[in-house]
Amino acid sequence: MTDASHNPAELPIKVAARDVTVSYSGKQALHNVSIDIPDRSVTAFIGPSGCGKSTFLRCLNRMNDTIEGAKVGGSLTIDGREINDKSIDPVVLRASVGMVFQKPNPFPKSIYDNVAYGPRIHGLALSRPELDEIVENALRKAGLWDEVSDRLAHPGTSLSGGQQQRLVIARAIAVNPEVILMDEPCSALDPIATARIEELIDELRENYCIIIVTHSMQQAARVSQQTAFFHMGNLVEYGPTEDIFTNPRDSRTQDYITGRFG
Amino acid sequence: MALSRTAHIVTAYGEELDQLADDLARMGGLVETQLEKAIAAVVRRDASIKPDIKAREAQVNALQVDIEKRVLRLFALRQPLATDLRMTISALKIASDLERVGDLAKNIAYRAGDLAGYAPLPLTQQVERLGAIVIKQLREVLDAQSSADIEPAVRVWHSDDEVDERYNTLVREMLLAMTEDSGLVGPGVHILFVAKNLERIGDHATNIAEAVHFMVTASPLVDDGHS
Repeated sequence: MTDASHNPAELPIKVAARDVTVSYSGKQALHNVSIDIPDRSVTAFIGPSGCGKSTFLRCLNRMNDTIEGAKVGGSLTIDGREINDKSIDPVVLRASVGMVFQKPNPFPKSIYDNVAYGPRIHGLALSRPELDEIVENALRKAGLWDEVSDRLAHPGTSLSGGQQQRLVIARAIAVNPEVILMDEPCSALDPIATARIEELIDELRENYCIIIVTHSMQQAARVSQQTAFFHMGNLVEYGPTEDIFTNPRDSRTQDYITGRFG
Repeated sequence: MALSRTAHIVTAYGEELDQLADDLARMGGLVETQLEKAIAAVVRRDASIKPDIKAREAQVNALQVDIEKRVLRLFALRQPLATDLRMTISALKIASDLERVGDLAKNIAYRAGDLAGYAPLPLTQQVERLGAIVIKQLREVLDAQSSADIEPAVRVWHSDDEVDERYNTLVREMLLAMTEDSGLVGPGVHILFVAKNLERIGDHATNIAEAVHFMVTASPLVDDGHS
């Protein structure tokens, strides 16, 4: 069912993929994935290791460009613009498609400079007060401001794991992204820090299209409105999260989410 | 889609679901027997069954408590999903219906005891017939549950109308008989209660049919207009 391109949430489509394929040095990792991902909601990608979910996620900000031997085919649009077009600068694209990784990866800089880095290189702030405002706003949106406002000059790496992850989210937000990709953002965090990130994701979805890859099905169930199940490089099933977890249509989805042998 | 027959990766989880299904089957079997014995006792106007019925009811109640514990444990420790989730929820609902059926069967058995002093009554055959239909419904719907088969469940669901019709007829005829012969009023009231209890059991069989339908299809059982 790779043409699972329906729109479960009836929200405007942000990301549209048609027959997206990826191969690494001739070995196909993703087979003809077609999917419509709505704006202002959270879409979870689930599936066993090696199923292609992270590969597909990496297509959305052209991170496969950086992998030698990687070939991406098919059409992938954000707001109708083809992102693999030669005219698209991947650096500019990555400002509008932010990425949060499994392990928090703050720059070896101060908390302030971590957030200010993007706005500076993209020329988003004309003055120091303007930059201060961008940094404060981003930290507030990431739910971190109250915890760090009195120590903005401290290194980002001095924060706890959960705080670092929120700092990285603030860094992504600071450049006004439209899409935020998260690749297992909580897998290195304890349950309380995880709950904070999940609460943050729920708040952020009001303004962003969020796509999260997670190995925790409970997390997918908790945070997402749509869930896509990948298996062996195919998009097997895509639909409202509630349906996927109560009544999956495909036996492979069923076996995976109930913890059975496929 | 049908329930998966594939084994769970975590064996203990699969075993816990199996144990829940076993408990439910055992509870269903007990309740069925209880009802059969109660109806037979009414037909014979036999008071001797009371202690046996009481003991069985205690077993049925204990099984319900056991099933509730198992369901709670599964939710807390395993977080069942998809068919497992639906099966677990259905088990909880069905167990509560079965507990009620057991209770109603006990009431019927007690009425049998109350009838013990009376001469054979008119309309006993009709009560027996109603009882046989209700037992059949219960058996079919419990089989449907254990085999995850919606076709018999839907049939039971539709056949509740027949139970209601037979019940209404029986009430009408009994009232008529009691008007003609005031000596029938005492035992006749017991028979009316037995019939009412059987009709209620039919309703519980219908509830179970709905739970089975949801368990298998994930959608509620609604009237398609040609019942």
